[in-house]
Amino acid sequence: MKAFLMHRDEDVNLQLELPANEAALTQDLELNAIFATMAAGDPFLFEVTKRALFSSLRDPGAIVYRQRVLADCLENPSIVRELYSLAGEAIKADNSIWGGLSRDTPKSMLRSSVQKLELLVGFLRRLRQVTDEHAAEFDSEGFTRFCAMLAEELDDDYFDVVDAQLKELKFRGGMLLSSQLSAGNKGSRYMLRQPPEQSWFERVFDRSRYSFTIPDRDENGFRALGELEDRGLNLVANALTQSRDHVLSFFVMLRTEVGFYLACVNLHERLAERGQSTCFPVPLASGEVALSAQALYDVGLTLTVDQQVVGNDVNADGKPLVMITGANQGGKSTFLRSVGVAQLMTQCGMFVAAASFHASVCDGIFTHYRREEDESMESGKLDEELARMSGIADQITPNCMLLCNESFAATNEREGSEIARQVVGALLAENIRVLFVTHMFDLAHGFYSQGLETVLFLRAERGSDGARPFKLAEGRPLPTSYGEDAYAKVFGTTLDGLAARSPA
Amino acid sequence: MPLAALVDRPLREVSPTVSFDSILFDDAEDGSEIETPAEPSCFGDLHLDQILASLTAGREEYELMPFFYRPLHEVEAIRYRHHVLHDIEQEGVLESVRRFAQGMHQMRAHLARARKLYYQYQKQRWFLEAVAVYCDEVRSFRERLAMQDLGSRGFMGLRDYLASYTESQSFTALVAQTVALTDKLGRVRYAIHIKGNHVRVSKYEGEPDISARVEQTFAKFKQGAVKDYRLKFREHAEMNHVEAQILDLVALLHPETFAELDAFCTTHSHRYLDDTIGRFDREVQFYLAYLEYIEPLRSSGLAFSYPRVSERSKEVCASDAFDLALASKLVREDGPVVCNDFYLTDPERILVVTGPNQGGKTTFARMFGQLHYLASLGLPVPGSDAEVVLPDRLFTHFEREEDLQTLRGKFEDELVRIHEILEQATGDSILIMNESFGSTTLRDALLVGAEVMKQIIELDVLCVFVTFVDELASLSESTVSMMSTVVPDDPAVRTYHVVRRSADGLAYAAAIAEKYALTYESLRRRVAR
Repeated sequence: MKAFLMHRDEDVNLQLELPANEAALTQDLELNAIFATMAAGDPFLFEVTKRALFSSLRDPGAIVYRQRVLADCLENPSIVRELYSLAGEAIKADNSIWGGLSRDTPKSMLRSSVQKLELLVGFLRRLRQVTDEHAAEFDSEGFTRFCAMLAEELDDDYFDVVDAQLKELKFRGGMLLSSQLSAGNKGSRYMLRQPPEQSWFERVFDRSRYSFTIPDRDENGFRALGELEDRGLNLVANALTQSRDHVLSFFVMLRTEVGFYLACVNLHERLAERGQSTCFPVPLASGEVALSAQALYDVGLTLTVDQQVVGNDVNADGKPLVMITGANQGGKSTFLRSVGVAQLMTQCGMFVAAASFHASVCDGIFTHYRREEDESMESGKLDEELARMSGIADQITPNCMLLCNESFAATNEREGSEIARQVVGALLAENIRVLFVTHMFDLAHGFYSQGLETVLFLRAERGSDGARPFKLAEGRPLPTSYGEDAYAKVFGTTLDGLAARSPA
Repeated sequence: MPLAALVDRPLREVSPTVSFDSILFDDAEDGSEIETPAEPSCFGDLHLDQILASLTAGREEYELMPFFYRPLHEVEAIRYRHHVLHDIEQEGVLESVRRFAQGMHQMRAHLARARKLYYQYQKQRWFLEAVAVYCDEVRSFRERLAMQDLGSRGFMGLRDYLASYTESQSFTALVAQTVALTDKLGRVRYAIHIKGNHVRVSKYEGEPDISARVEQTFAKFKQGAVKDYRLKFREHAEMNHVEAQILDLVALLHPETFAELDAFCTTHSHRYLDDTIGRFDREVQFYLAYLEYIEPLRSSGLAFSYPRVSERSKEVCASDAFDLALASKLVREDGPVVCNDFYLTDPERILVVTGPNQGGKTTFARMFGQLHYLASLGLPVPGSDAEVVLPDRLFTHFEREEDLQTLRGKFEDELVRIHEILEQATGDSILIMNESFGSTTLRDALLVGAEVMKQIIELDVLCVFVTFVDELASLSESTVSMMSTVVPDDPAVRTYHVVRRSADGLAYAAAIAEKYALTYESLRRRVAR
């Protein structure tokens, strides 16, 4: 019995090791703000969200499966919350019973497992009631299957059988063990057996049995008898405790999977409150090199500023390289982040922060950002950047995506451009998509002058009054951008005059 | 029946006409002198005591010491062992012998348990088990041995003996009874009903298993890997009184089977183990212990060889030989082992070893002694090739460091010991003298040493003489000078190689002086500046 709400035919495995670049991704894409909003103060949800987002799906079909389930959840947020809390209560109830540890004797382990299962079975009953009531409200394949499965597997007859067995394991009529002789004629292979129904007549006249009684004061005798019982109960205690583990892990899995959707609902509600629209993205197969969006905005930024955020339109279908240039503080980083986040959200089956979005799935997302905190030690900085790029090179594979933000700016432009050209050229040749934010004109212009169909050039736009609207547009790289605005702002004059006076 | 008296004292199975007695001694007489010899006096000096302690560790039950305390003096006796060892060194034979030995060990463990335990049915079952193991092991040993290509009189004799024994009427009957009874007991099934303090024992009637049903009920929740909650019970050989009471009732439910068990034990208690087989089991450990001891050394690349032995010839030699005790330690610690060669051709008799301290002189002397002692046990010796003589006695005279007497007392004590040795030694003896007279002046050492050396030469005894007195190295045509050596460029580093070379104490002194710029020339320049 599986919930199968996150995958069509397997449990979601969130125990996998996080990718090696998890820390870099979290920092560069500012994911913690998103995780926090999704978790809404629930540490368990924070963990689930984080792990789900880092376990990207690569099959568009699997992505759509989740999108459908999520759509049901967005429609019925209260049922999602009820399922989540029911699973949580079941786990808590199980926890409240002492025992069931592997160092316990079989006898005490059996006792606590019977108690735990009695409680858990109660929650299974409640779960069935909830899904019975709401089955009709779900459209997705995932939820429909889930409800049908509960109705079929957990019918009333089944609950009767479970009740009867749990009662039997309390041994009101004593316990019957079978045994045989092993080394040294010691009893072995003790097995718990079901005592036969017998009439009083049989009990009295059956001669093929002998008996004895342990005297009341014989403590050693009672201890020995206890061990004998433990030996007899060993297998059944093991079986029942494992059963309790299974039932409990059903609830754990349910809580995890429903928890993921609840976290998505949380984020959706926060974005809706801010009047930001979302859409389900269209995932495309990985061979296609597609990336296209309308009004794509940065979730993290939206959650931290009060005003509405301006989205970008981009069409990079068939363009494995996107070079982003333009004004400082012009929204280049925000755009880069919004692409990375949208890609991650797409590949875990979520909605994205855009009016429309389609993208081919990739095998992994990597970021190479300039680390501002290292500004002071200029000499070591290029080493550090190259080391980080080398670390990425150890992990990155074809069909991955690399987001570069001002990479190799730690050295002079000529050197930086040359390094970047070589790096980018190599990655493209290996079918790795690259989005590169840079103010290195030499680099950007170099690609532009080749006139390649496969490169998209975006430029941070300036409004006519010089105010920056955080919006990008297609546009070729311009020879200056860095510092121009700042100069203008501080000096109250443009650099044109200066440029005219300096030697060509 | 007093089962506690079930001592595995062997009685001879009568039938075989085949003559085989011992895997160690080729004639029964030699082996039958049972008196236990004492540890030879050379053991401590040659570190043979260390070797023996470590190779008999874990084999105490076989009491192997006496075999190692009895060097052989006849070439024929040595050959008998060499041939047996050639057979044992075949993997198939070695494996067969090992498994047999393990089986017999297990059998004894069962018997010991039968003696120790309290409840009758338990004692009896362990006795039955011991006999079962014995039957199995003897039969499969016979089968395995029959498949081997054997060349030694020892093993061929054993093979024939086993064939005739296992086909004897008494053995086959024993096997049949043992198997039948074990089988019957194995089929006993019973049920125990426990309610409160009341225990009821009855025959098992096929009542269904509850845990299987529980598993089935919850199977639908199964989630892959499961944790194992089964308690690992500590299994004692003993029974508690509740188990014993239950067993008594089980016996009442199966009266015939248990009566048979009782009869089996009474019949066989004192005489199932054949004494020739028992003797083999013990004696073969002599070989196994040694082979096991030298195995890691062989694996590390050190050579062992079967020496050519003679009762008379004093032309001895060895290549790549080493001190077995030291090498065993070095191999454990992954250290390098230095091998040395030596030879003596007529009329040479005495290896006089000189050279820098800590240069391997004592190790060389020990190696020479060990080589001869091990060879006289009929064992392979350390070295790629060796030719040795079987001495009548092996004498050692090592400096006694722990002696806290005055110089004069110590010197005298040494002289007393040397005198004793020279009194007892014959032309067939071997003598190892290590740093004798180190406690006296050079003049005394030279005078006394030369005198002792003269007597040794007259005795015509084989001798290694380690000394700091160079002059002793060239006293006669029967002395050969050997030196421990150093690395030429760095005299502080010893090579532990001991080679034939004229004694020259000054060569080392000059080299070490040069290193510290304290030679005549150097020191003058430094002083003159």
